[in-house]
Amino acid sequence: MIKDITIGQYFPGKSPIHRMDPRVKIILTAVFIVMLFLSKSIWGLLVGAAFTLVTFFISRIPFKLMIKSLKPILPIIIFTGLLNLFFIKTGEEYFHWKIFRITDEGVNTAVFMAVRIICLIIGSSLLTYTTSPIDLTDAIERLLSPLKKIKVPVHELAMMMTIALRFIPTLIEETDKIMSAQKARGADMETGSLMKRAKALIPILVPLFVSSFRRAEELALAMECRCYHGGEGRTRMKQLHMSAVDGIAFVFTAFFLAGVIALNIIL
Amino acid sequence: MAVIKTENLTYIYGEGTPFEKRAVDDISLEINEGEMIGVIGHTGSGKSTLIQHFNGLLKPTSGSVYIDGERLWDDKARLRDIRFKVGLVFQYPEYQLFEESCYKDIAFGPKNMGLSDSEIDKRIKEAAAMVGLKSELLDKSPFELSGGQKRRVAIAGVMAMKPKVLILDEPASGLDPRGREQILGMLKEYYETTKSTVMIVSHSMEDIARYADRILVMNKGRLFCLDETEKVFARADELTAMGLSVPQITRVFSKLKEMGLAIDKEVYTTPYAVKLIMQRLGADQAKG
Repeated sequence: MIKDITIGQYFPGKSPIHRMDPRVKIILTAVFIVMLFLSKSIWGLLVGAAFTLVTFFISRIPFKLMIKSLKPILPIIIFTGLLNLFFIKTGEEYFHWKIFRITDEGVNTAVFMAVRIICLIIGSSLLTYTTSPIDLTDAIERLLSPLKKIKVPVHELAMMMTIALRFIPTLIEETDKIMSAQKARGADMETGSLMKRAKALIPILVPLFVSSFRRAEELALAMECRCYHGGEGRTRMKQLHMSAVDGIAFVFTAFFLAGVIALNIIL
Repeated sequence: MAVIKTENLTYIYGEGTPFEKRAVDDISLEINEGEMIGVIGHTGSGKSTLIQHFNGLLKPTSGSVYIDGERLWDDKARLRDIRFKVGLVFQYPEYQLFEESCYKDIAFGPKNMGLSDSEIDKRIKEAAAMVGLKSELLDKSPFELSGGQKRRVAIAGVMAMKPKVLILDEPASGLDPRGREQILGMLKEYYETTKSTVMIVSHSMEDIARYADRILVMNKGRLFCLDETEKVFARADELTAMGLSVPQITRVFSKLKEMGLAIDKEVYTTPYAVKLIMQRLGADQAKG
């Protein structure tokens, strides 16, 4: 069902990862991605994978939830794996049948890429699982604030993002409700030709658009009533603070990054 | 035979996630044909979840639902036919309108049933008359109408399917007192002319007391009771403990009872109270 979408879902908790400053989390996630792409050998990648597993373990996110977020990208993993497996023709040959040729380099690259993608997804999902959307946009706003100097509307962009994120669950709920209401009137959305199914979406999309516009208008009015006038001179209820956890996280990540670089030089 | 029957119906939202919630818990009930049932309960007591099982919009986590003796979810292909049998009007149904004219919107349900054009036309006119919608409004866009009129169009859309059971979730919420009165009066009329089963979910005890034959009370996902209106309000103390109120007139009369007035029946509607008082006064005068 539509409610099963997990992208960007926040999983409340009290682990050290949850307690980290969201700015630090974003930076370290970026460092983590660099770490994965820096590693040239499978050994370097294993260090990255170890880093992923350790943070995953610390965050105490249920294993099941992580599997759920990996599921949608499974086709991509399989597809890239197969491409690498069959199209890399260099190296020692394992198997040969007509035009298909599998070499050791092909197998290595396939595994290497698969591990890299899985780590990438786990690492970045950890960021969204452990940080509430509001914290996330706050952090993005703060991190991008130097860009204000060159007239980039950072605050407005962050506000738009916050509102968009805030309304995703509302809209999902609304869609669900309208779908139920139309189904109760005998709407059939599961069978029929593509054309028929596209047409069946009209009774859902029209009310959804109407209510989105209504909501947008109400929200704008409510914001104006509270004298919202942009980011100028605006203070925050929740100040972002760095604490000991963040220091430890920096050292921890630096340690693993150094490991990857060292392995690259040695091997 | 019971038109709606449930056996140990249980529904759990978000099973296996930290947000898991037992919305409907082990409910067994029977609703007979031609009854007017009131459903009351606190916000989050599982009323809305329960009624969505009656036309197969939600699949029970465990237990079963029978409509006209037919068990739902045994054959998924039959669900659509069941939905024509059990018409469900959601809360704020005006937000589901989508067509360019009210006429077309009311036609959506009957059209899905595969009826002939002339039959559809007949049903639309009947339904519009039933909800008190003037015929010149039928060609207007539903988005031009007032809130109360929009709601009538939405309710007519379900009535035009001529369901055996009509279930309405808070049909009068968000309307002014006059609008409430009109919608509820219209439902009463529908009930009397069509002789079909009607279920009304509501917060308002006053509304329910006036119209329902039997009342279904939900509390924290469980069935508190399904009984005749009088018997339900006789348990006023328990209802109050649940955070539900009994009609004002019932409270007045239970206080009078405490003060020593001999009343043999539970009073829950104003006309009955007036009658009772007049009777008493008449009796006293005759004695004096």
